[in-house]
Amino acid sequence: MQRLFLFAAVSALLVGLAGLFLTRPKSVDQAILHGVSSDLTRGEIVFYAAGCASCHSAPDAVGEEKLTLAGGRRFETNFGTFIAPNISSDPAAGIGSWSTLELANALIHGTGPKGQHYYPAFPYTTYANMTAEDIVSLHAFLGTLPAVATESKAHEVVFPFSVRRGLGGWKLLFMAPGWVVEGDLTDQQIRGRYLVEALGHCAECHTPRNGLGGLKRDIWLTGAPNPNGKGRIPGLTSDQLDWSEADIAEYLKSGFTPDYDSAGGEMVEVIENTSQLTDDDRLAIAAYLKVVPGQSTELLSE
Amino acid sequence: MMKKFSIFAAGLLSVVAIGAAIAHESENPAVKARTSIMQLYAFNLGTLGGMAKGETEYDAEAATRAANNLVVLTQIDQSAMWLAGSDNVSDPSTRALPAIWENFPDVAAKGQAMADAAVAMQAAAGQDVEALKGAMGNLGGACSACHKAYRAPKD
Ligand code: HEC
Ligand code: HEC
Ligand code: HEC
Repeated sequence: MQRLFLFAAVSALLVGLAGLFLTRPKSVDQAILHGVSSDLTRGEIVFYAAGCASCHSAPDAVGEEKLTLAGGRRFETNFGTFIAPNISSDPAAGIGSWSTLELANALIHGTGPKGQHYYPAFPYTTYANMTAEDIVSLHAFLGTLPAVATESKAHEVVFPFSVRRGLGGWKLLFMAPGWVVEGDLTDQQIRGRYLVEALGHCAECHTPRNGLGGLKRDIWLTGAPNPNGKGRIPGLTSDQLDWSEADIAEYLKSGFTPDYDSAGGEMVEVIENTSQLTDDDRLAIAAYLKVVPGQSTELLSE
Repeated sequence: MMKKFSIFAAGLLSVVAIGAAIAHESENPAVKARTSIMQLYAFNLGTLGGMAKGETEYDAEAATRAANNLVVLTQIDQSAMWLAGSDNVSDPSTRALPAIWENFPDVAAKGQAMADAAVAMQAAAGQDVEALKGAMGNLGGACSACHKAYRAPKD
């Protein structure tokens, strides 16, 4: 474990240095936002599907309080502890003064208004595929949420990970804006793919990571060690999750499994979000999961 | 070579799978007792859930029986089933997190919330299917609130 960590640290440093030369923080072409109008209902769906509140609400917020995006939740990783910032509509402490373009840069490229790289604890590698319509609408919806003046706290991260500049190389390795599941998909499966791959960040928990903390996209959604201790985050691929599509949709709505166990752990907060989606969207997620290739074929053919 | 390795790997995988299946059954009688109660919750919730989803026809008597069972189950004194040292760090066969023993008053409050939701279901189950559906959310929410804080995922 220790060795692995050291290896990861050294590689990160090397990759980071390479990144200094190869990558400058990227930004979105303003043109993609031109003439795109916002729709608050759409923005609200994006907000729930993308689970912004699960990370950005105050640590013990429940119910309505979750709409106050004061920040403060801690995310412990091998690289240190990240603390979610205030993204409420407060113009000074939050992001109330941000333009749509600035939000788009943060979500699509993980780049901040001052040109700084964000850490991947903010799942922008997922959000990279968000549509312009969804970003514009989300920006408008975030503006309707309460402002709160809580100061964002500094992350507790050690060198070399404390050097944001080094993240350029990381991004180069792991920013993969294409889709994982390709091929002949129905409209419903395509909608499900967008919800899971671009918004839902389901993979952030359900896909294993490599030593540098990047998602192993070739074994997408095959389940992963539980970062918080014992047990495993279950696999969701078609061979592992043998529930019917209706059962999957029901779980995402009520938290009940087909044998009426009820969801636990971090999945409960995910369900607080997916329960706000429409039945059609939950069924689309289920339809998509049914076409995610399984792991067993992969493992045995190696 | 590749082929051989694959067959070996497949064999290994199935051995691991059998191992996991055996490991799940706990040796600890207290863990067996408490997971059995959980299974009885799930079974009775299943009767109610099937009707709420319209998979089985609404039957006021059957629904009331299931709700009564849930209320009775919440009245069992479980204190002997949650002894210190039966957390998932000390005993790999349980999913109960050590946090249970650090926050007992909160665990008890979550247990009480479930008992209250079961009583509300008892009142609703015999009325009609709409009332039953209405009581389902709170009941499931009470199960998940405790599983969120105090239960690890499966191995
Ligand atoms: C898994 C947790 C997680 C989720 C989900 C998440 N974020 Fe974040 N977010 C973070 C963390 C951690 C940071 C800090 C990153 C850094 O400082 O490098 C962050 C940073 C940000 C920032 C930069 C704030 C600043 O002051 O520079 C914005 C804007 C943001 N998130 C918006 C969002 C939006 C909008 C959503 C939903 C679409 C979202 N986040 C979902 C964890 C999350
Ligand atoms: C006060 C806390 C609490 C409440 C309330 C609660 N559970 Fe549990 N449940 C647990 C814990 C802790 C475990 C893990 C037990 C273990 O592995 O030793 C568990 C495990 C389970 C299991 C898995 C049992 C097994 O065989 O491994 C099921 C099924 C379950 N609960 C169903 C339910 C249902 C349904 C409800 C609501 C009607 C519910 N639980 C309410 C704490 C709770
Ligand atoms: C923050 C981490 C996290 C995220 C994000 C997440 N999950 Fe989960 N998921 C879990 C955990 C932990 C469990 C195990 C729940 C338990 O122990 O009861 C789980 C369980 C599940 C299960 C039940 C599988 C089974 O075999 O029991 C399904 C289905 C599921 N998740 C789907 C999703 C989908 C779809 C998304 C994206 C919308 C998602 N998850 C996002 C952590 C997460």
